[in-house]
Amino acid sequence: MNTTWKDDTVTLARSVNAVRFDAEKARADFPALHQDVHGQRLVYLDSAASTQKPQVVIDTLSEFYSRQYSNVHRGVHHLSQIATDLYEGARSTVRSFLNARHDEEIVFVRGTTEAINLVAQTFGRSEIGPGDEVIVSEMEHHANIVPWQMICQEKGAQLRVIPIDANGDLQLDHFEEMITPRTKIVAVTHVSNALGTVNPVREIIRIAHAYNVPVLLDGAQSSQHLPIDVQELDCDFFTLSGHKIYGPTGIGVLYGKRELLERMPPYQGGGDMILSVTFEKTTYNEIPYKFEAGTPNIAGAIGLAAALKYFRGFDIDALVAHEKELLDYATGRLEDIDALRMIGTARERASSLSFTLCAVHPHDIGTILDKQGIAIRAGHHCAQPVMQKFGIPATARASFAMYNTREDVDRLVEGIKQVLEVFT
Amino acid sequence: MDDIRDLYQEVILDHNRHPHNFRKMEHPDATLEGFNPLCGDHYTFYLRFDGDRIDEVSFEGSGCAISKASASVMSSVLKGKTRDEADRLFTLFTGIVTGKMDAVEHLDELGKLAAFVGVADYPVRVKCATLPWHTMHGALHGKDESITTE
Repeated sequence: MNTTWKDDTVTLARSVNAVRFDAEKARADFPALHQDVHGQRLVYLDSAASTQKPQVVIDTLSEFYSRQYSNVHRGVHHLSQIATDLYEGARSTVRSFLNARHDEEIVFVRGTTEAINLVAQTFGRSEIGPGDEVIVSEMEHHANIVPWQMICQEKGAQLRVIPIDANGDLQLDHFEEMITPRTKIVAVTHVSNALGTVNPVREIIRIAHAYNVPVLLDGAQSSQHLPIDVQELDCDFFTLSGHKIYGPTGIGVLYGKRELLERMPPYQGGGDMILSVTFEKTTYNEIPYKFEAGTPNIAGAIGLAAALKYFRGFDIDALVAHEKELLDYATGRLEDIDALRMIGTARERASSLSFTLCAVHPHDIGTILDKQGIAIRAGHHCAQPVMQKFGIPATARASFAMYNTREDVDRLVEGIKQVLEVFT
Repeated sequence: MDDIRDLYQEVILDHNRHPHNFRKMEHPDATLEGFNPLCGDHYTFYLRFDGDRIDEVSFEGSGCAISKASASVMSSVLKGKTRDEADRLFTLFTGIVTGKMDAVEHLDELGKLAAFVGVADYPVRVKCATLPWHTMHGALHGKDESITTE
């Protein structure tokens, strides 16, 4: 991860020295995977909803609460200093993980949902006015639709939507003509949670920046599957959810370019986000503290840092190759099932496979697979516009992470055959 | 895997494949939509009365096997029942599948509805089974109100 993607000579050098990802070894680090469900070894294929946690994250949380815990900032005592150092150290770890330029460009939030709401409620509130436009895509998670809808409604602005095609690819030829002088921000997902589509975000950012429009990337489904370099991407905002990248729940990250964050008004008011308060006037703190009112999720941030360090302990290219190989293998095996329809066949995909079975509702698929110890997700995946696009109420979704293996895929395929047997 | 058949009884699979009374009703006396936003199950129920009795029940829409079979069996069972009897079956069915009532004590009364006893062991699927009943119950009582206004 020391180099950019586009460096062909480096890519070549890497492929010569290719490291093979050892999924079995990774599996051993995740205690939750080593249990039986309904009498069978658990096959966990719901990582797009949330990943399991490696022992090192669990231990870090336990150690922090056992021996290092205190509130952060302004404390003069020993434990407060330790907790503050760990919390701010976690910020540096995130900065390094995303290759952001400055620590203060990293804002801790509850997750991607809060990160996007923060941008909509601060950047949006100050920059968006009547008649202005916000561009999202048709494949967004509700978390990247509703916050923009809310601010557009409040301001009398318009939400515009980049359409997707029948494969689940963005129709980018429509994108450039959608940008007008009234466009204030483009907010798109890096990887679709419902379809697995990897979007051409560099192209989107290049086009938007040609018109001086900032771009927010929803990285909830990309940060755990692709190398992320926010400087190389040149995105203006990037979001991630800790619990989807092997970290704890309730912690996430908003990255924003410093000049944008500095320009934005505060999010919530309270302690820590101020420099001085009188009843006449409050002076706000500097970034990132301006956006972190109240006692933060200290343990969450420290646990997230442990997860990111764990993640970076692997060769990222080997990990990406492992997950791609697994997705290709699963795609091939599922496509061999006649009654199965794949939802989302985009050119480039990561992690998630959505499908429907002829005459079997996804919820019934989910229940019967669960009975065989196989955890998948069934529903609209908080992406109802995607379901409407494909004319279906829901899909079954199997999603993969570093700890999944071909054996998991084989169990899924056998499980689906059982579903069909029950229903025929 | 055998115990999955406790949930997906043959009766349920049959009704899912070939639902009874699965059609729109022209000129119903009461109609109501039932929607489960969590999973997207969506049905419309139609009721026609003959005095105090339910003369006809039909429904349309889409959802999982449990909800569709539940709607289908309900529509068959309710035909010819009085409003009070329908209310009693509503209480019985929802009581059984939520585990608040003991199925064994009510087997005779349950009749065909006994196929859904296994749902009680699948807490996340209880709402699938009860959605048609709650919708019917609403339509049944909503109709009372609109009769009063007219």
